Amino acid sequence: MPARISPLQITAYTATTACGHGKTSLHTALADERSGLRRNDFGVHPLDTWIGRVDGLEALDFPAAFSEIDCRNNRLAWYGLQADDFIDQAIAARDRYSAGRVALVLGTSTSSIGATEQAYRELDADGNFPASLASPILHTPHSLGIFVQGVLGLQGPCVTVATACSSSAKVFAQAERLLRLGLADAAIVGGVDTLCGSVLFGFNSLALVSAQPCRPFDVARNGISIGEAAGFALLERGHGALQLIGYGESSDAHHMSTPHPEGLGAERALDDALARAGLDGTDIDYINLHGTASEKNDEVEAALVARRFPASTHASSTKGYTGHTLGAAGIVEASIALLALETGIRPGTVNTSTLDPRCGPQIRLHTGQAPVRHALSNSFGFGGNNCVLVFAHGETP
Amino acid sequence: MSRHRVYVDGLACWSPRTPDWPSARAAFRGEAALLDPPVRRPAPELLAPTERRRAPDTVAIALEVASRAVAQSGRLATELPSVFSSAHGDLAINDYMCATLVAEPGAISPTRFHNSVHNAAAGYWTIGTGCMQASTALTAYLNSFAQGLLEAASQCSADHHSVLMVAYDIAALGPLASVTTSREMLAVAFVLAPERGPRSIGQLDWQLVTAAVSAPRARSPAAQALAVNAIADCLPLLEGIADGSSFELELPLDAALALQLAWKPCNEPE
Repeated sequence: MPARISPLQITAYTATTACGHGKTSLHTALADERSGLRRNDFGVHPLDTWIGRVDGLEALDFPAAFSEIDCRNNRLAWYGLQADDFIDQAIAARDRYSAGRVALVLGTSTSSIGATEQAYRELDADGNFPASLASPILHTPHSLGIFVQGVLGLQGPCVTVATACSSSAKVFAQAERLLRLGLADAAIVGGVDTLCGSVLFGFNSLALVSAQPCRPFDVARNGISIGEAAGFALLERGHGALQLIGYGESSDAHHMSTPHPEGLGAERALDDALARAGLDGTDIDYINLHGTASEKNDEVEAALVARRFPASTHASSTKGYTGHTLGAAGIVEASIALLALETGIRPGTVNTSTLDPRCGPQIRLHTGQAPVRHALSNSFGFGGNNCVLVFAHGETP
Repeated sequence: MSRHRVYVDGLACWSPRTPDWPSARAAFRGEAALLDPPVRRPAPELLAPTERRRAPDTVAIALEVASRAVAQSGRLATELPSVFSSAHGDLAINDYMCATLVAEPGAISPTRFHNSVHNAAAGYWTIGTGCMQASTALTAYLNSFAQGLLEAASQCSADHHSVLMVAYDIAALGPLASVTTSREMLAVAFVLAPERGPRSIGQLDWQLVTAAVSAPRARSPAAQALAVNAIADCLPLLEGIADGSSFELELPLDAALALQLAWKPCNEPE
């Protein structure tokens, strides 16, 4: 078992999803049990499905200095940075610690591939990319890291994590190691993923996309709703009101696109996360589940929760609010866990009406309110890539 | 900033013209020519026969170097967390996905879609070896090797645990090749250990330095010929190790940050 880690304080965080710009609109949607999903209106030939789309990205003022990497994903990153004054707090941290001492670790699954798809639709007569889309750094997955690093003026370690749907959960673990070793004094972590043809038609090819709004853990669930989102958090050493106290990372070693049937990989990540936090299942008040509404994920995850947590733990999937935001799901759901710690909100599982009988009493349909001391967030990705995060309410500074 | 030390217990390199470390080492030392004609991609023996055929090139070359480095280290693959790094991921699948989305979006192959994730090689490695340890997949454009090495060395030093590090890229294909300049295939793997052991090849001291460093250039004609690939930033380190004596090297991580490395072969006297 891994050794305990020193807590890191989370001094700022934000999330922008189909539920709105910033964490207040997300909190309101969770409190009102209001889904942000809509019928798919994205792309030239929309699939018959529902999506979690962020409004207003097309009309956004994008910083001119970065026009060569202007794309939907970097637009959403820019929009997300403005929410909750996150950009001001990030720049203040940069000025407090110096630009070279603030690390940037961001997650994504498809980054700016939407711009590459567009270039293929608009090839010139010679079969080359049009001049407006010809920047090499627009067509590489680190486009996200390059953009955010540039607009924040950071000079510390800067890397993009791309482990599919666990990407922006794993950023917390990587940042913790950088801080523990003294390679940085603060870290900005987060994730951004946007709607694009690759993921809509790709998940559709695997028969994983529902034609209805997704219903996590419902007995009649029939697939995911894809969403887009941006979220960020600022990590610093020391104790604070909100803390990262543990994480666990593991591999299923089973299959590229279906989870281990007994959830052994997920459970290993859970064990490591609890060990680093020095807690056990009875200490956990709220769990934000991966809960994609795919047949297999929810079956395996429901069984894991039922066997490892007491009935008093409140667990839910928030994919019905935001859609599955893929590489941004980790940071969005970490933000929801932080909202639970900060406000006592315990979100329900919107869109779901009849729970799969495999679910234990932990998985709740409705939003509740009660103090939360410790919250978990589960993120599981293709390739059998698992990450579990543990957050805690610390003393008020 | 503080200086950390790791040991290299396994090292592997693959390109179509240097299909293993001994041939790369000899070419970098000017003792052998690059293979002509180049060899075909290696078969990913770890995978089941059906998967072996369908595996993308990135997966085939990443698994080849990972297997060889781990075998050399004498460790079990199941014991090692892994860090996979690639600037672009599988450029051939990107070309396929984008072209198919234009021509017939409903015809996307489910297998090629799930192989399009940046962590496909990491996923197949853990599946093929039965390894349930943590695994990550990173990208940092033309600093992807250096950033991957930083993350692997960080894990090794922070958690006092041996780590497998793999970096790879392939050639851009189709219209994407008009903007993305990566060419040919190149893969490299290291097994890093926190303590010196009987298999240790050399010690690698590392630290971050806040300085603008220009990328060191490959010196040998062989390494220069391989430098058309997006993880070419690994070549100066490999050339230094091939030389067989101690050296220092600074690999840029960004415009104003570098990974400072000091290598000392384990067969040199203390």
